[in-house]
Amino acid sequence: MSLLRLALLSLWNRRLTAILTILGIALSVTLFLSVEKLRTGARESFANTISGTDLIVGARAGDVQLLLYSVFRIGDATNNVTWDSYQDIAGRKEVDWIVPISLGDSHRGYRVVGTTTGFFDHYRYRRDTGLRFAAGQPFDDLFDTVVGADVAAALGYKVDDRIIVSHGTGRGSGAEHDDKPFRVAGILAKTGTPVDRAVYVGLEAIEAIHVDWQGGGRVEGLRIPAERVRNIDLTPKTVTAALVGLKSRITTFRFQRYVNEYEAEPLTAILPGVALSNLWSLVGVAERALSAVSLMVIVTALLGLVTTLLASLQERRREMAILRANGASPRTVSALLTAESGLITLAGAALGLGLLYLLLFTLQPVLDARFGIYLKIDAPSLRDCAILGIVIAAGIAAGLIPAWRAYRRSLADGMSIRS
Amino acid sequence: MQARRFSRLSDTDPALSIRDAAFSWAGGFGIEIANFDLKPRERVLLLGPSGGGKSTFLNLVAGITTPSRGRIDVLGTDITGLRGSRIDRFRVDSFGIVFQMFNLLPWLSAIDNVLVPLRFSRLRRKRAGDARGEAARLLGALGIDTTLFDQRASTLSVGQQQRVAAARALIGGPGIILADEPTSALDRTNARAFLDLLTAELEKADSALLMVSHDETLADRFDRTVRLDDIARVTGKVAA
Ligand SMILES: Nc1ncnc2c1ncn2[C@@H]1O[C@H](COP(=O)(O)OP(=O)(O)OP(=O)(O)O)[C@@H](O)[C@H]1O
Ligand SMILES: [Mg+2]
Repeated sequence: MSLLRLALLSLWNRRLTAILTILGIALSVTLFLSVEKLRTGARESFANTISGTDLIVGARAGDVQLLLYSVFRIGDATNNVTWDSYQDIAGRKEVDWIVPISLGDSHRGYRVVGTTTGFFDHYRYRRDTGLRFAAGQPFDDLFDTVVGADVAAALGYKVDDRIIVSHGTGRGSGAEHDDKPFRVAGILAKTGTPVDRAVYVGLEAIEAIHVDWQGGGRVEGLRIPAERVRNIDLTPKTVTAALVGLKSRITTFRFQRYVNEYEAEPLTAILPGVALSNLWSLVGVAERALSAVSLMVIVTALLGLVTTLLASLQERRREMAILRANGASPRTVSALLTAESGLITLAGAALGLGLLYLLLFTLQPVLDARFGIYLKIDAPSLRDCAILGIVIAAGIAAGLIPAWRAYRRSLADGMSIRS
Repeated sequence: MQARRFSRLSDTDPALSIRDAAFSWAGGFGIEIANFDLKPRERVLLLGPSGGGKSTFLNLVAGITTPSRGRIDVLGTDITGLRGSRIDRFRVDSFGIVFQMFNLLPWLSAIDNVLVPLRFSRLRRKRAGDARGEAARLLGALGIDTTLFDQRASTLSVGQQQRVAAARALIGGPGIILADEPTSALDRTNARAFLDLLTAELEKADSALLMVSHDETLADRFDRTVRLDDIARVTGKVAA
């Protein structure tokens, strides 16, 4: 009869407490691993908010700021890029494609983005996923619009609905472009990125709704109806930013330098990936706090294990004395206890890992759809394995405390066991 | 010395000899044993009042506790000189032990309980031969029904448990059986019947028996009766 079998049988005898302890460890392992998974998933999804775009060009600004307003539509640009510069950059031989972004208006709290249909072709997220239309198609007419998935869901829009754009980005700023309503031509499929929370119109449409405006309001007495606007030259004077795809990635840095040193006006070109990770590092503290909390949960579970083992020691005094009288050394008795805590944590860790995958399989689609966090279901990472290893090692170490007590007691008790 | 430890005994060497040994518990209770011998295959009944130090005495003999002075020779080996795991190995090689109560691992079957010493003693494993067969034979000889062999020990009656414990003590023929009030749960008739079965097996295994009891009427089943007062002096706290 092997020592392991003795340990297993003894454990089986106390299976209820053992199972509870295993569950406790499993749950905390699951919690920890899923927090880790969420953390890396969120980071990865975040880092993949925009991909396939080599550079983002805007007026001179910090890279996080430029990223925030051009991609996340948070904050405002202090300056715009002139149409001439835009045209100049678009015409460079390194440039494969360029998509303008013109900000400034909003629709019921959602930003209105003036762009071209190239946006729907070139915007990529999550490595290489393109935008899809859940309904309708890209804008075709001057007063067509495409709405993001969240906008459509929140405001209940369908294709062919009429919407009105407000001037400015403040919620309920009052001034409405109500003389020039838009028709919803298409609704984008959910991406889990800021794309979902914007309304897209053509670059010319932005011009069109502003022809009779100046600064913050309508020009007094000047009213150009929607039909007549079509005959006016709607070439924009500025854009807010531009997404640029290069023919060859090798030229990225050289082209970035070219833009940054642009002579006609001060411009900034950023690498979206770099800016995204800079931005993410700003929230790194919260991320670490999350890890710390889940680590504490594991420590608590291990303390629970020690408590259970110590409590079971009293009940197992008899067992120890019987084994001692039959040739088991105090060391063997200690080894039994350590094997037990090792088995418990091993089972707990394994169960925890199993639970994690169960959770992943059930929650992955929900997380993706609701929060835009895409969790890859793959083998445990090296980091996960290291954590599991540490948990098991700590479990065995936790068994050493009761084992030491049992060792001392089995020597002091002798073979008389009275309870 | 090494060779003698595992050899069978000659009739002249004592199975157990204690010379001027002393031991005291941390609580203060202590005993001194000037002189005690147990001959091979001898059956000795040790009598003494409750709390008199009988179990303390057995602990010393089995090498579970170590005397502060003196010498204890078991089957030709001075066990006070054995350290660490060697004393544990030596104990299971040389002794079969029956407790007053709570003898068995409740979560093992009767037969697996009998096999426990063989897990720790290669010598007894070898002597037992077909381990399961021998365990079954001993259980049968001590009056345990075959249907009980694979039942968990916790489901057995106290008397049955004591007989299983006796089978465990006997398996692999250790030189000395130490029994700490093994008949405490039995009425006098059953205690005698049990002792008769035990004696028969002791003779087959060539083992000596040192048994503790309160019951003087069992004396006729033994070669010799010893009172603890006669061989040991209690020191420190006086027994209640
Ligand atoms: N593990 C121990 N630690 C400290 N003191 C002990 C221990 N075991 C026994 N003693 C002390 O030794 C004394 C003798 O106890 P012991 O168990 O040897 O008596 P006993 O003769 O076997 O009694 P009983 O017939 O009731 O079993 C007691 O007074 C007790 O306080
Ligand atoms: Mg006693």
